Amino acid sequence: MALKGNLKDFNVTQLFNLINLAHKTGSLTVEERGRRAEVCFKAGKLVYASLNGQDDGLIGVLEKAGKISPEQSRVIRARSKTNADKELGLLLINAGYVTQDDIVRSVRSHTLDVVYLLFTWSDGSFRFEPNKLPAEGAITVPIKLENIIMEGSRRVKEYEMLQDELPDLDMALRFTERPDARLHDINLTVEEWRVISFINPRNTIRQIAKANSIGDFQIRRIVYGLLSAGLVELIMPEGPKMVPDASEAASAPPPVKRSLILRLIDRVKRM
Amino acid sequence: METVKIVVTGPFNAGKTEFISSISEIEVVSTERRITDGSRAVKRETTVAMDFGRITVDDGLILHLFGTPGQTRFNFMWDILSEGMLGFVVLVDSARPETFREAKTLLDRFRRYSATPYVIAANKQDMADAWPPEDLRIALRASSATKVLSCVATNHASVKEVLLDLLYSILESARGD
Repeated sequence: MALKGNLKDFNVTQLFNLINLAHKTGSLTVEERGRRAEVCFKAGKLVYASLNGQDDGLIGVLEKAGKISPEQSRVIRARSKTNADKELGLLLINAGYVTQDDIVRSVRSHTLDVVYLLFTWSDGSFRFEPNKLPAEGAITVPIKLENIIMEGSRRVKEYEMLQDELPDLDMALRFTERPDARLHDINLTVEEWRVISFINPRNTIRQIAKANSIGDFQIRRIVYGLLSAGLVELIMPEGPKMVPDASEAASAPPPVKRSLILRLIDRVKRM
Repeated sequence: METVKIVVTGPFNAGKTEFISSISEIEVVSTERRITDGSRAVKRETTVAMDFGRITVDDGLILHLFGTPGQTRFNFMWDILSEGMLGFVVLVDSARPETFREAKTLLDRFRRYSATPYVIAANKQDMADAWPPEDLRIALRASSATKVLSCVATNHASVKEVLLDLLYSILESARGD
């Protein structure tokens, strides 16, 4: 079943977070004011990206990366008898134009360029088609999403969005128990590492910010990135109980007897 | 006669009235008013006060079901309804991602009520565009410990399953006797 929506309601960072955590395979198509990007994922990793109006073929990608000259590009295009990038790549390697490493690096760089451009799109429709992969013959380079999500969140400029995503700085953080979420695989800034070092169920986000002299906007941006990358999750702080705002004050749940709940369960079962 | 309370909440047009109607033994008492703002395009009438349903358990026990207002300007109702509740259901329209942010805001707020058990019901799973419950869990940033359940609020059996799941969660947190 395809997932559909609008970036206004569910942005690119959130989409990548979903794809990453659910280890999804498929193709994400985003359309915004006449532009159309297609990004493919395999088991939660980014593998391919293309943007309409751009030359996404291997020759164009290698020329953009400066691995071949415009003249070489023209000659190869004229002589090439295949449209399959994989096949073309092998021919170019064998002919000594480029190395395999040149191709991998250039395709990776192109893929990241498209994806980082996507992070600047705040409006537009999206559609995720499960199990749809790039055309046979396309070169795919698997890239882990955590770093991309962190980089995307560093580019967030809208305070209102961060406030929506993280309204309560009096919550605490803890590391998720995902076995594949490994911090050492992720490139973090010094400030992000400082925040990480204070993560503890007893420390609220506000306290972490204060301890590191980080402003409201910046702490929200860092925590938003860590949350979106699936590295941490929000929890109620441990230790002394916080006093909620008067408007949010809730009475403690009444003491409930198991026998009463069992009577309710029995009744609902019989309905 | 003892009465206990379960609250059904969620964003605008999530299906709270249908949910309670599907399981209540009485016709749901609903204070509906004409919508006078931009929400008109989605639904002609919405809940501005609350829905009320009832399940008689036995001679000595009645379960009341309350639906909270669907729009944020009626948040004050939540404080009234949540008093003394056993647990609550957060109903989300799985087919309308534009409501996920509001649902997430509600959930963030509910974390303050962490002592009260709750489940998330991913409603409208019978619709073609519905996001699956597991995707909804990630979208709403619900922890792995939170139950995110498939639901069709107009279907009696589906609502019954959600209610039972919530009751089992309440049972786990209940004190012995």
